Amino acid sequence: MRLLLTLWLAGAAVAAQAGTPELKAGTLSPALPAPPLALAGTDGRPLDLANYRGKVVLLAFGFSNCGEVCPITLATLAGARRKLGAEGAGVQVVYVTVDPERDTAAQMRKFLGAFDPTFVGGVGTRAEIDAAQQNYGISSMKKVNADGSYTIGHSSSIYIIDRAGRLCAVMPYGHPVDDFVHDLKILLRR
Amino acid sequence: MARRASWTWLVPLSLALAGLLWAGFAPIELPTREWLFEIPKGTFARRMAGDRVEILPSRIRLTLGVQDVLLVRNLDEVPQTFGPSIMMPGQSLRLPFEVESENQFVCTAHASGQLTVVVEPEPVWPWQKIRWRVRDWWERSKA
Repeated sequence: MRLLLTLWLAGAAVAAQAGTPELKAGTLSPALPAPPLALAGTDGRPLDLANYRGKVVLLAFGFSNCGEVCPITLATLAGARRKLGAEGAGVQVVYVTVDPERDTAAQMRKFLGAFDPTFVGGVGTRAEIDAAQQNYGISSMKKVNADGSYTIGHSSSIYIIDRAGRLCAVMPYGHPVDDFVHDLKILLRR
Repeated sequence: MARRASWTWLVPLSLALAGLLWAGFAPIELPTREWLFEIPKGTFARRMAGDRVEILPSRIRLTLGVQDVLLVRNLDEVPQTFGPSIMMPGQSLRLPFEVESENQFVCTAHASGQLTVVVEPEPVWPWQKIRWRVRDWWERSKA
């Protein structure tokens, strides 16, 4: 009887595994609780990932003066939310600045709002931003131009946090809208 | 006697031709599409002690449709950054590729801090399959 039960459980586990659709993103296993963010949100509230429990969070790092990577990433994420239709309400984009010297809450709110007014930015002091970057393994490097202005090279992946608040996947930069839609549909049903 | 000699060299030629036909037309199937890459325990400690550990290749070649998933396991005691993600101790990252590309990844397990992942197209035509098999055999024999 015990043998039969064991076989049945093993079979059920294999079937469940086989029935799990694969994500286009890289998947982290086991999925662990997402490191907390001790930052201010551009919505005027402390940025606490726990507030988004029950939603799928797309977390990325960038800065409002970015002319290359960030506009493409944000346009892609906005496109994915739009394409999901009503299901898009279950997705929250959180964009944390890597340029706290220039990115105030108002500046980030204006920048993000141009893509999607529901996007929330994360701002803070240099020390707070450094801690957030370290927790998520985000690198950034300031590059000073000849005229004294600067830009910042930074990690450009998008972390995906599931509805239970676990960091479960990471989408490398450059994936199209449809890949996000594909993965978000799976994660919103889990 | 001369006639028998001409038949004998036809045997290896036929075998070689059969081998080429197999290599060119048989589907390439590996036991798994994952290329496993483990960061061993103690990597960070060895690096901190001044050891230029080179435990992992600096260039990985993947082939679409054959072996196009990178599976990285962090067996070290500290978090490691691999490509797009940070990985906690005991965590693994499964990264599928669907597009032919060359990717430069940050990897804290490498002394150089860099890893290149080349994703090549699926070998479809016979000559592509033969080339893939020869290169695979050559790389395995070197490893």
